[in-house]
Amino acid sequence: MDIFVAKEVTKRYAAQTALNKVSINVPENSIYGLLGPNGAGKTTLIRIINQIIAPDEGELYIHGEKLQPKHTSIIGYLPEERGLYKKMPVGEQALYLAQLKDVPKQLALKRLKLLFEKFEIQDWWNKNVEELSKGMQQKVQFIVTIIHEPKLLIFDEPFSGFDPINATLIRDEILELRKKGATVIFSTHNMASVEELCDDIALINKSKKILEGRVSDIKHAYRSNSYELSYNGYSENIKSLLPESFTLLEESSNENLRTAKIKLPLGEGPNTLLRFVLPHVEIHAFKEMLPSMNDIFIEKVNENRASVSSNLS
Amino acid sequence: MTLLGPILMAGIFIVPIIIGMKSHTKHDIMVLDETGWFQGKFKNNVGDNGLTFKAFTGTQNAGKDSVKSGKFSSLLYIAKPEGKETPRPIIYSEKQPDINIKNYISKIMNDEVEKTKLTEQGISEDQLKAIKSDVAITTIKINEKGQEEKSSTELAMILGYVSSLIIYMFIFIYGVQVMKGVIEEKTSRIVEVIISSVKPFELMMGKIFGIALVCLTQVLLWIVLTTAIIGVFKTVIPDKFNPTKTDQVSTINNQTVSGTQASKVDAPSSDKQVGNDIMSSLKNVNIVQELLMFIFFFIGGYLLYAALFAAIGAAVDSETDTQQFMLPITAPLIISIVAAQAVMQNPDGPLAVWLSIIPFTSPIIMMVRLPFNVPIEQIILSLSLLVIGFLGTTWIAAKVYRTGILMYGKKVDYKELWKWIRYKG
Repeated sequence: MDIFVAKEVTKRYAAQTALNKVSINVPENSIYGLLGPNGAGKTTLIRIINQIIAPDEGELYIHGEKLQPKHTSIIGYLPEERGLYKKMPVGEQALYLAQLKDVPKQLALKRLKLLFEKFEIQDWWNKNVEELSKGMQQKVQFIVTIIHEPKLLIFDEPFSGFDPINATLIRDEILELRKKGATVIFSTHNMASVEELCDDIALINKSKKILEGRVSDIKHAYRSNSYELSYNGYSENIKSLLPESFTLLEESSNENLRTAKIKLPLGEGPNTLLRFVLPHVEIHAFKEMLPSMNDIFIEKVNENRASVSSNLS
Repeated sequence: MTLLGPILMAGIFIVPIIIGMKSHTKHDIMVLDETGWFQGKFKNNVGDNGLTFKAFTGTQNAGKDSVKSGKFSSLLYIAKPEGKETPRPIIYSEKQPDINIKNYISKIMNDEVEKTKLTEQGISEDQLKAIKSDVAITTIKINEKGQEEKSSTELAMILGYVSSLIIYMFIFIYGVQVMKGVIEEKTSRIVEVIISSVKPFELMMGKIFGIALVCLTQVLLWIVLTTAIIGVFKTVIPDKFNPTKTDQVSTINNQTVSGTQASKVDAPSSDKQVGNDIMSSLKNVNIVQELLMFIFFFIGGYLLYAALFAAIGAAVDSETDTQQFMLPITAPLIISIVAAQAVMQNPDGPLAVWLSIIPFTSPIIMMVRLPFNVPIEQIILSLSLLVIGFLGTTWIAAKVYRTGILMYGKKVDYKELWKWIRYKG
């Protein structure tokens, strides 16, 4: 079952359309990546989910129910541009923000204590926010985002502003939240984190959704029938062992291993390739080269740009 | 501000009394009366005015020399006029004689000359007495009412002006505070976190009402502390607060402080007691109405302007950008406080009436007009328009706010604001 569904959501600002009939389905208990270049409309969609702004057209559902104000208490939102009240003590502020999300005071205190210990900021409880380093403020912000144990978490560029250690901490926390049953929507440019975390993605470009699906399915669909082969025992060019229709994309070598990337023609499988090379070389590793999300992202966006410009001309 | 305010307020009441006290220093005046008409007419120390009179025997020049050489401070010289003309007295003194001295002398002399002239016209002492007492009866009536009106005119002016000044100051101070709060939330970017939990409109209204409560607390604190300071002052120099017929300044002050306190003051004689009781009971009624209206107009005016200040805060990125939007909002406020002077002079003139009905100026101007018995329908009209005005500015502000708080790095002008107001949804 999908925890969140958007149907043909459209949002227009005076001159431009920020979202044009975008539909997404976020499966329950998944990590859902919202990808797209700057200005594609990701933040607008996120704000609509958070009911900060209302769509001009389209419908939104949570657990099959129409999105309404009461749902804010089951959503946790970490905006891209974050901030806290600078002149307010950390603990008091966290408590206030927790209570804004309908967490009773005592329960909020209990949870905050645990989280502050986990993130090693318990000593900062009584300090004003402005005394904290940027990274610490980010931790506080992350804590208040998850304090009400939301079913649906929305992170807008969650890793920006974190050093690698804290980024890992946050990543682990996101994975743990998912394990506990939460669903995470996160928007990012960081393709590495998409590969690492996301189960599903939607790619938005120029206010339209151009791709959606499970990461594994998408990768499968975009594979180019290329394989990476590590071998030794053959000093000639490996190309000479292969038929004309096989393309050698790249070849490299280190002290005792040589690596070749080979693209196969349509209809040929990995076994064919192995059959050609096996009698001559000693194989150390063999794997299919799946496209990275980065490649798919760039390819899709460029494809989209090309089609838009060809439509225009 | 918490402490300084009440001290300043109390000062407004107390300083005139101190000044009043200073004017009652003792004065010895030598009288050289060549006419002989005013012998024994100048009484010593009437109404505690500190004046004593002594007859001077000698010439005008001798008297002048004595003043010059410092033998005595003042000489009242009344030359014998030709025929039946009114005498023209001259006061010679080292220092400029104060207004009390001049007033007292001219009053005594006028009375005396009038009496003489009436007698000369063939009006007998009895007739004069009859007429005088007759006149006196009517004057008492007129006087009583007239005097009351007079004292309450001044009271009204002070009361009206002070309350309008308070409204003006607090709208300004706390309106800007609302604006700063919104700017802070916007620049620190906390706003997006908050409005994912509450509606932007709720956040804006929460800010406005929250600061309104701070504001009201402050005002109440001011009123309590001001009363306390005046109370302390009263126990230190209690006699200056006793209402006397001649001491208008202190009478006004007594009534201003409050009816209950005024009645606590011991009046030296029974007729003063009666007068005091009437005054205090009268003022009691007015003060309740005045206070009620003050609170209505105060809250109404604050809400009207605070919404606009909140909209400005949402529209800009930093305080330095607020200038262009501040002017149209502060202009009506400043105009009202400037116009308040003119309104006080003519509280029922067209300027006063219009300004007290237009919502942007009414909180200040109506407070000035209120003590001068404003027709009830005007008050109702003014209050209803204020409520409509408040709803209107809040509606507009909410639209600007909703769009503005999420808008960064954009140079906003009036055209842009208009666009935001027209966004639907």
